[in-house]
Amino acid sequence: MNAQALLEIADDELILGWRNSEWTGIAPLLEEDVAFSSIAQNEIGHARAWYELAARELGTTADELAFDRQPDEYRCSTLVQLRLVPDWARTIARHCVYERSDQARIEALKQSEDAEVAGLAAKIDREEAYHRMHAEMWSERLKDEPRFSAALEELEPLFDVRDEHVPEFAALWEEMTMVRRSVAGATW
Amino acid sequence: MVTEQQVWDALAEIPDPEIPVISLVDLGVIRSVDVSRDQVRVEFTPTFLGCPALEVMRDAMAERIAALGVQPDVQVISDDSWSTDRITPAGREKLRASGFAPPAPRELGGPKLVQLQSNAFRCPYCGSQDTALENIFGPTPCRSVRYCRSCRQPFEQFKTI
Repeated sequence: MNAQALLEIADDELILGWRNSEWTGIAPLLEEDVAFSSIAQNEIGHARAWYELAARELGTTADELAFDRQPDEYRCSTLVQLRLVPDWARTIARHCVYERSDQARIEALKQSEDAEVAGLAAKIDREEAYHRMHAEMWSERLKDEPRFSAALEELEPLFDVRDEHVPEFAALWEEMTMVRRSVAGATW
Repeated sequence: MVTEQQVWDALAEIPDPEIPVISLVDLGVIRSVDVSRDQVRVEFTPTFLGCPALEVMRDAMAERIAALGVQPDVQVISDDSWSTDRITPAGREKLRASGFAPPAPRELGGPKLVQLQSNAFRCPYCGSQDTALENIFGPTPCRSVRYCRSCRQPFEQFKTI
């Protein structure tokens, strides 16, 4: 599979993982603090696996792809770039929109002729099933809330928008790449 | 020269870093052991991709094999071959005995929210099926949190994947 397509998926999962982790410690419910932190951890794990496949094709490493590119080289969707803390309704709306779109993408990847891509997609799908159940639970709970419906309407078109970076992406990139930029070749 | 059985025995002594009551062999993450003249190749399937225990497991296996006097070659295989159905019966019993409800068998199509919200899960402490889902997620990627209404004890439920 072509490396640019792999990077699209990896960047989505990495940046969404970062955005989800921004709820760690401040989610409106303790249970959701745990849930969003755990989802973030899964998404970043998936990002790493996709970066590893892309890195092999590009002759580089997963860390270099994740942390050493310039902001305008990231191919992630506008949907995942938005900083939504402290807006819970929009956060849940993004979660629902992303998981639905990501499910369609994973289903397609599971049919890939590239056995490694298909195998990885199927493995990831086992974990994503829990993200989808969590989104489903919240969607059911908030379905009659006007703020939630408005947020869904606002965010739904954004999954396929990849040709621009929202202004707040710069601050995320600054923070995410800080260690690598401060200490060349840092490992931990 | 070491035998394949010696390698399996050595790997069976490595505890899971997050749930030390079970070993890597109990967990079913070792897919194959291949002994050649001076090298041992092990194929290892990660559980959850974001689990920080993976590196610890990989390094522990390499160290253990090196201690047998052979060169380790631990290959991480990120395909779809690991499921919680691979946890051995002995591993499931060890989980239950230490307060982790073992995973339910995976059904066709995978787990569903309606199942998690049902009372099909058994409390590892008192055996009651009167348990409720508290959180799909828990302290590590592999666990959910449930509450037993019968003995009033929260417990961790291994997710089915």
